[in-house]
Amino acid sequence: MSALASLSSVGVMLGKTRALDDVSFAIERGNIIALLGPNGAGKTTLLRVTLGLAMANEGRVLLGGDDPCALHPRARALRAAYLPQRPQAMWSVSVESLVALGRFAYGAAPDRLGAADRAAVDAALEACALSHLRARPMNTLSGGERMRAHLARALAQSAPLLVLDEPTAGLDPAQALAVSDVMGRHAQAGGAVMFSTHDVALAASTARRIVLMHEGRIVADGAPEAALTPGALKNVYGRNGRLERSGGAYAAVFE
Amino acid sequence: MSSTLRVSLALVALGALALAVSLWLGPSSIANPLADDSATRTIVWEIRFPRALTAWLVGAALGLSGAALQGLLRNPLADSGVLGLSGFAALGAVIAFAFGFAVFAPLMALAFALLAAALVTTLGWAARGPASLALIGVGLSSFAGGLIALALNLAPNPGALADLVNWTLGSVEGRSLSDAFLVGAFLLGGGVLIVLAAPGLQALTLGEEAAAAIGADIARTRMLVVLGAAACTGGATAVAGVIGFVGIAAPHLVRALGGYDPARLLFPSALAGGALLVCADLAVRVLPTDTELKLGVAAALIGGPVFALIAARLTARGGEE
Repeated sequence: MSALASLSSVGVMLGKTRALDDVSFAIERGNIIALLGPNGAGKTTLLRVTLGLAMANEGRVLLGGDDPCALHPRARALRAAYLPQRPQAMWSVSVESLVALGRFAYGAAPDRLGAADRAAVDAALEACALSHLRARPMNTLSGGERMRAHLARALAQSAPLLVLDEPTAGLDPAQALAVSDVMGRHAQAGGAVMFSTHDVALAASTARRIVLMHEGRIVADGAPEAALTPGALKNVYGRNGRLERSGGAYAAVFE
Repeated sequence: MSSTLRVSLALVALGALALAVSLWLGPSSIANPLADDSATRTIVWEIRFPRALTAWLVGAALGLSGAALQGLLRNPLADSGVLGLSGFAALGAVIAFAFGFAVFAPLMALAFALLAAALVTTLGWAARGPASLALIGVGLSSFAGGLIALALNLAPNPGALADLVNWTLGSVEGRSLSDAFLVGAFLLGGGVLIVLAAPGLQALTLGEEAAAAIGADIARTRMLVVLGAAACTGGATAVAGVIGFVGIAAPHLVRALGGYDPARLLFPSALAGGALLVCADLAVRVLPTDTELKLGVAAALIGGPVFALIAARLTARGGEE
């Protein structure tokens, strides 16, 4: 089965700093990949370069078999949806209008939706438990509701690959788990998710594959227990830490 | 009926009403503007109508370019005046007038507005928060002001100076139908470009990164708005001089009436700008001052404090609207 996205030996320079160094991996349907690593490890750059929003200086990036930088933005949007860090919504748009913007690549606008667009918007609102808030202006929502609305916007894009940059930042545990459930359902339905986070426990509990980054390089890539060894955590975060399993979930303990 | 349509119809009615009153009111009292004597015909159809129509078109051009610039830059303080497009357009026109190439004034205004639009969108693209972008515009505006003074200083024909200074204050007094056609043509051209940018403006509600990721061509949207806003501002400024604040006030008025979508805001903002400027021109004509107040001056007297209020409210809310 061909990968939804793949990077081979990718290097990215941001000015004079090396943001990514010799990064290779592939993501396939059904995968949920969590990107972990300290601030400045290159997580956001990796996500952006996968989407074609940043250029790779070295190596090769493929999104659905093509160089994403060479694709038209609309074609790119049909292959991957993106939730940036700290997503914005100007002009107090309503939740429903915001989510409808996810249909942009299909030629739809919030005031001009076809039947398929409407169905996708409704399904995305439903999946993010926002149906009852659809008419509310974005600036009246709580942080968690707002993040779910942006997530619904990305879902409405109906792209196989979801790329989420810190989708649970600033959310309470219940809201974070709700986001995690949405990711799980997307992968179960045959899509794939790649997300970055600082929540080690949530990453291990949500994703069956962890990509651990440090100074622009991938230092571990595998199942939670295999990737997040005490040695790897010490190396990356500079603190003694371990992963503990409890039931179906994980806890991360740092000292 | 959608709220955009309702607002648009109300603004069309307001504009038409103001136009009709403009034909009727003025220094020489005319009981029936439709009377069939030559004096009435001259006053109403050769003086008052072209003036009011020019005011409407200038206001529409400024309102439209303000709405487009606000959408592009996601900044409720943006408009041709604040961002320096008007100042540069005036500079272009002043150079043409001062050096005896008055025919090229509209083209020079367009070219200079384009230069300012390209500069401010490039410099201000990464600006954080509405205030920093406005500051870049202030810089450009004062630079244009300095260069206008320089051009006036170096002008080979000092006799025209008073006229030029008067013109930079902004006015539609004594404008003819050919002036109205000129603004109309620029408005039409700019309007087409801006309408093509409308879907991109809608996408930019999400910010630049997410807009690109949902499939919007940001570079194209930016180019269209820069060209369109420059055309609208160039045409308006070449004919009426610098008139500030209409471009800010018009989109704000429409937003207050319930429209937020930056694409659906465009057309009503043009209508609001037109109606506002005809009303303002009507006010300067009927105010009992010895010399008629300049329209640009009146707009600044009302618009300045309104601008300050909007800016203060935005700063208090941390730049989010």
